[in-house]
Amino acid sequence: MQIIKDIFIWLNDALLKMTWLQDLVNSLLLKVFKIDEAGYLFKGLSFFLYDVVKIFILLTVLIYISSYIQSKFTPERTKQILSKFKGISGNIIGALLGTVTPFCSCSSIPIFIGFTKAGLPVGVTFSFLISSPLVDLASVILLASIFGWPVALAYVVVGLIIAVAGGTIIDKLHMEKYIEEFVLQGINEAVDGEIVIPSKKERREYSWDQVKTVIKKVWIYILIGVGIGAIIHGYIPQTIIEAVLGENNPFSVLIATAVGVPMYADIFGTLPIAEALVLKGVGIGTVLSFMMAVTALSLPSIILLRKVVKPKLLGLFVFIVTVGIIITGYLFNLFGYIFI
Amino acid sequence: MNIKVLGSGCKNCIRLEKNVLDAINSLGKVATVEHVTDYSDIVSYGVMSTPALVVDGKVLFSGRVPSPKQLMELLG
Repeated sequence: MQIIKDIFIWLNDALLKMTWLQDLVNSLLLKVFKIDEAGYLFKGLSFFLYDVVKIFILLTVLIYISSYIQSKFTPERTKQILSKFKGISGNIIGALLGTVTPFCSCSSIPIFIGFTKAGLPVGVTFSFLISSPLVDLASVILLASIFGWPVALAYVVVGLIIAVAGGTIIDKLHMEKYIEEFVLQGINEAVDGEIVIPSKKERREYSWDQVKTVIKKVWIYILIGVGIGAIIHGYIPQTIIEAVLGENNPFSVLIATAVGVPMYADIFGTLPIAEALVLKGVGIGTVLSFMMAVTALSLPSIILLRKVVKPKLLGLFVFIVTVGIIITGYLFNLFGYIFI
Repeated sequence: MNIKVLGSGCKNCIRLEKNVLDAINSLGKVATVEHVTDYSDIVSYGVMSTPALVVDGKVLFSGRVPSPKQLMELLG
């Protein structure tokens, strides 16, 4: 058993945490550029170089693998699978499928209309729409690489609970009357597009294409995110950060959520900021709240959703997700020591 | 040939339209290419992931942007 454990730890350190890369960057800074190890510049540069290289390597591999898996779960197929489940099991399956279905915020409206017209309960659709951006394969593995597996798994479980609970509440409150009328026209008679399952070659091409598209889209967010992380890590005194976001400030989770909700950034750009904050003594719950708020809700996606649902349902959706994130933050701050 | 590009006008949809025009030009085919941006029209084809391509009323694929070369094979 010990051997298996050692192998796992070695794989985890070498492939996920990339401890060799940290050593390489540090000795490069120390021996080639002769930068003083105790200084701020060393701390900032070491953080920046290591994180940028690590995130780009992981991102390329992870997006390829997850796109390959995801290419089998098109939204059309998801709709077909979901129409077989009733009640809360529909919400659970919806939330689970949300994690593997390829999702881009510009697709959320066609998905919403398609699901609704197929006669799926509005709550199931929302379970799917909440979990889809919140929990996805690539970001969970990146999370594991930075904070370890217990935090990553806890993040997945909490994300799914928020999605299932949110969808169930929306169902129970009979919010279907707050869907815009044009969506409801011709319900249950929507044509089913032919479901074409792509060949292996097409899936490989799709995955590689995804890698290029995603990296093209997020590289700037990553550089900015790591840059901010490096500044926090190297230059901002611990006392200031602890005063605003530290565990002794009872409002830390609220502040983190309020800042994160309107923000539109990519999870990959947010992770390095989260990493730097944790290193500076910010509670894991506060950091998770920030990340969840950034990914689950953003102004552009809320504005898009307004096209298909009325303000009341939109407001409830934002409210439920925000409250869920805040509760998550406080729970993790209280019990987080179990995970780290 | 009647070709419709379904998509809300996002970056990928514009890329697909451009690739389709390139492919048709290289094939030397005569075709009308439209861009459908209305959500209820898009969904009426049973499509939920954009961009998608409809050729003569039939959905060819959805949720991806093939290269002009791949499109030449698909449309040829």
